[in-house]
Amino acid sequence: MALLTMREALNRAMVEEMEKDKNIYLMGEEVGHYQGAYKVSQGMLDKFGEARVIDTPISENGFAGIGVGSAMVGLRPIIEFMTWNFSLVAIDQIINSAAKMLYMSGGQFPMPIVFRGAGGVGGRLAAQHSQAFESWYAHVPGMKVVAPATPKDACGLLKSSILDNNPTIFIESEVLYGMKGEVPDEEFYIPLGKADIKREGTDLTIITWSRALSLVMPAVEDLTKEGINIEVLDLRTLRPLDEEAIMKSVRKTNRALIVEEGWPVAGFGAQIAYLIQKDAFDYLDHPVERVTQRDVPMSYAANLERESLPNPERIKEKIRSMLA
Amino acid sequence: MDFYYQMLLIRRFEEAAAKAYSTGKIGGFLHLYIGQEAVGVGSIATLKPQDYIVSTYRDHGHAIARGLDINKLMAELFGKKTGTSKGNGGSMHFFDKEKHFMGGHGIVGGHISLAAGIAFASKYRKEDSVTMCFFGEGAANIGSFHEGLNLAAIWKLPAVFICENNHYAMGTPEYRALSVKDVSIRAVAYDMARDRIEGDEVCKIRDHIKVAVERARRGEGPTLIEVSTYRFRGHSMSDPAKYRTKEELEKYKQSDPLLRAQLDLLDLGLKKEDLDQMDTEINERVDAAVKFAEESEEPPLSWLYNHVLAEDK
Ligand SMILES: Cc1ncc(C[n+]2csc(CCOP(=O)(O)OP(=O)(O)O)c2C)c(N)n1
Repeated sequence: MALLTMREALNRAMVEEMEKDKNIYLMGEEVGHYQGAYKVSQGMLDKFGEARVIDTPISENGFAGIGVGSAMVGLRPIIEFMTWNFSLVAIDQIINSAAKMLYMSGGQFPMPIVFRGAGGVGGRLAAQHSQAFESWYAHVPGMKVVAPATPKDACGLLKSSILDNNPTIFIESEVLYGMKGEVPDEEFYIPLGKADIKREGTDLTIITWSRALSLVMPAVEDLTKEGINIEVLDLRTLRPLDEEAIMKSVRKTNRALIVEEGWPVAGFGAQIAYLIQKDAFDYLDHPVERVTQRDVPMSYAANLERESLPNPERIKEKIRSMLA
Repeated sequence: MDFYYQMLLIRRFEEAAAKAYSTGKIGGFLHLYIGQEAVGVGSIATLKPQDYIVSTYRDHGHAIARGLDINKLMAELFGKKTGTSKGNGGSMHFFDKEKHFMGGHGIVGGHISLAAGIAFASKYRKEDSVTMCFFGEGAANIGSFHEGLNLAAIWKLPAVFICENNHYAMGTPEYRALSVKDVSIRAVAYDMARDRIEGDEVCKIRDHIKVAVERARRGEGPTLIEVSTYRFRGHSMSDPAKYRTKEELEKYKQSDPLLRAQLDLLDLGLKKEDLDQMDTEINERVDAAVKFAEESEEPPLSWLYNHVLAEDK
């Protein structure tokens, strides 16, 4: 097994699929000559040329629309948003065009497009550049939403997203790009809609995804020393959602905590909490709890940013209170 | 002389900021204005106190030229409670209501329609204010630019749109992003007045921009002006700027607006010692600002929920 960074794993996924299918192209700001704003597409211009690794001006709404139009007639675009913050100026094309095309055309136009790029909270990037949008896109029917937490998952899930005939929102945590992890040498796929147990346990289930997993793990390690045995479920995809895996785990541990990088109100964790009370109510020994980003825009100040994010201390405190 | 002082202040402020960034005292993105100082200084010199300025994430130079307190600006970069945005904004979001400095904004071009909105309000209330909006040539490709300019033109809003064309949007040279060689020509599509100038001579810039500001003040509508300039550093501190050659950088450094202004002042009979003396004074001011920022406190955690809504304190 190779030890790859998240950005290398994503790069490998795109390269493997583009080598197989000429209909796949990569488009976005700085993806080519600059080798990617976050170096995810490093080397791809050399490999595939300017016709398939396409630099765009700063015109998110325009190139998202180009992606959708080209997918209507059979191409399979990978559209990179430099960060998901900038997808907001293209959100009309993502939601009103991509997500609804198949439905409103009565099934005539599938939309095999992947929108991907850096998401979540960066290092002191302040309110307009630090926000997690998984919940926003997961709100919309007609799309799949993927948010990997490890290099292996990122590679396998991106390959599946590229092959999928639906629009896929693929959100990569900006602070995880340099994270290293083992990735199998042979080609592999991870199906969309399958959660993964990142750690088995008996006392409580943490349900999480993307960067929040890396905030959860240190807290779980610490609590292990106190004799607390926690199960960690990484959703990997929010849509489709692996409800079965959630229920199975909660029925085993009888306690559920959702940890997410996004805001609490109408956030994705609220949907999970609803499902758990509906389908596993009789198994619960404690109300479902959440640790989220605080309900405020992100501050630039270092101490306020730290305080905003779910951090291991807040997670531990919450778990102790749930087990008390 | 005054112009030279301001340009040098911006340069030294940003050099100090770059240093503080490399030691981790400043975080996030830090986009420096070094090389472009003449544009901000020359343009903003044409404004009155009641006029407004709207800027991008590359906002330090505009803020200093507008006379914002450099202690507070440095404190903002350090994320301290004494900063212009109380530590909530950082480098990309300088704001000062009193000085009518309407922000640094982090989304490329998003602020162009905000500028039109501010100008709209001046016209709506029949106030004698002009709004000056700065952006890069990269921003001239985004929807908000086209929509903002069109609205400003049809409603004859008192605005001046200044495109600081430094020839690169991050790593993208203009010829790969713009359908036109002359950004100002886009004004024609909106039946708007236009102008185009070189950005190395601060007085020339002032003279050109003045025409546009007066036009706006007379109620004759907005102008789009392209100023050709160059940034000596990368796009931000994390960009090594490998997409351009050393020769190109050296060529532009020959027309460094500060150097030009210095030569002009020496021609006018100023002594080198006087200029050096000025530099020493400015360095002392900047050092004091760094000290102020360092010694200021972080915002207290109790401020976390402040200012989310208007009724919050
Ligand atoms: C809508 C949007 N897309 C992408 C970005 C990322 N980004 C920040 S600055 C920049 C380049 C802007 O270039 P230009 O407008 O020419 O201004 P300059 O930085 O040269 O002053 C890019 C692509 C962003 N902030 N907002």
